[in-house]
Amino acid sequence: MNPTILAATTGRILRQLRHDRRTVALLVVVPTVLLTLVYFMYADQPAPPGAPSPFDRVALVMLGFFPFIIMFLVTSIAMLRERTSGTLERLLTTPLGKLDLLFGYGIAFGLAGVVQSTVAAAAAYRLLGLTTAGSAGLVVLIAAVNAVLAVALGLFCSAFARTEFQAVQFMPVVVAPQLLLCGLFVPRDQMAGWLQAVSDALPLSYAVEALQEVGAHSAPTGLMWRDVSIVAGAAVLALVLAAATLRRRSG
Amino acid sequence: MDDAIAVRDLVVDRGRRRVLDGIGCTVPRGTVTGLLGPSGSGKTTLMRAVVGVQTISSGTVTVLGHPAGAAELRHRVGYLTQAPSVYADLTVRENARYFATLQGRSAADADAAVGDVGLAAAAGQLVGTLSGGQRSRASLACALVGEPELVVLDEPTVGQDPVLRADLWARFHALAAAGTTLLVSSHVMDEAARCDRLLLIRQGRLIADDTPDAVRAATGVDDLEEAFLRLIRAAGAEPTGTGEAA
Repeated sequence: MNPTILAATTGRILRQLRHDRRTVALLVVVPTVLLTLVYFMYADQPAPPGAPSPFDRVALVMLGFFPFIIMFLVTSIAMLRERTSGTLERLLTTPLGKLDLLFGYGIAFGLAGVVQSTVAAAAAYRLLGLTTAGSAGLVVLIAAVNAVLAVALGLFCSAFARTEFQAVQFMPVVVAPQLLLCGLFVPRDQMAGWLQAVSDALPLSYAVEALQEVGAHSAPTGLMWRDVSIVAGAAVLALVLAAATLRRRSG
Repeated sequence: MDDAIAVRDLVVDRGRRRVLDGIGCTVPRGTVTGLLGPSGSGKTTLMRAVVGVQTISSGTVTVLGHPAGAAELRHRVGYLTQAPSVYADLTVRENARYFATLQGRSAADADAAVGDVGLAAAAGQLVGTLSGGQRSRASLACALVGEPELVVLDEPTVGQDPVLRADLWARFHALAAAGTTLLVSSHVMDEAARCDRLLLIRQGRLIADDTPDAVRAATGVDDLEEAFLRLIRAAGAEPTGTGEAA
């Protein structure tokens, strides 16, 4: 990796995003709108004794989930464009290293994920009355790690898509099982054993557990840090796999 | 090492189809070499092999003394793909500056490269809003910005008006005079006459490798298009020959 090239690549990706004003607006506004929807859905639902209110429980997980799904989609399409427009082929004839490109995407869209989750968290805490025992900063941190994981998975999956239609189909394949099994709908310890085993293998489960730790404890717990490390490790693994799909030579 | 490019017995297969079938040629340094042939003849595949992004079945491609695609070559070779490979959602200037940085060049170098292809007035425009010809020149600026020793240009003049086309060719010759080697593909025969050397390729085989004058002399006609027709017919008569024109 070359720091100058990495910085230039990150800047280039952010500049592309900045020229697309509508995408930026959607990235920033949509999570807050959806959280507001959730707020009104659960407005009349009583909190079970000794547990967080339904809104607190769902909103906390959603704050981690938004950057995950959005950055996965954005990255899949962006990388597919690099492949189909010929820019990837040209880049691979230049001194740019594969990791410069992959980390450039990770940093650029990771930052976009931070902005997105900061705005969403600010709205959730200030306007919608979200309460967590732990700090909002940790929620944003976990959301940021989730965004980087999503970017890495998107970079990897884009190698298996030839068209935009195929690329968006990877969203239900990669994202939906993780959402269903992450413990939001059914607590993980109440699932059938084999579903728990699948859930244990999916990184989003750890991100959700980390968020729940922030929700329940005022100080960061060891379990939370372990979970964050697992998500970060999964992101690194996905980036390595994505690097393996980038071939300088092709047919 | 007088040759910028040396290709020996190059064979490329795509699936079961043989795209290049035993190509052998050399490109001398400091020349403009035209790669001519009909669409689908293997021009782009040969260029991709030279810049080192093509998987090859057998043979060797040596570029500036190194195997094609070697890491040492990445700042010494510039490549213009046939479809303009620039970012449509960036301005011309932003594209040029990004590719300049990759090659270790400054923003001023990038702005000069944009000016050199006649896009100074459109530098602040998003590439996606440019005409096809302008977009192709934006892509050309990004290929030339690193002042590479070898420039591989796949159909750089498609869609350019005649004045600009003449300007671009003048620029190619100025680069060659300064020592740069250019490999330029085209399917327009009037551009063949502007080249120092010609490679004519058809159905994955090289059927001529010579100067325009030698091609004219060998075929006995002045018009290069007619000369090529004769070469193709002659090559068709002996299907095993790779055809030496002179």
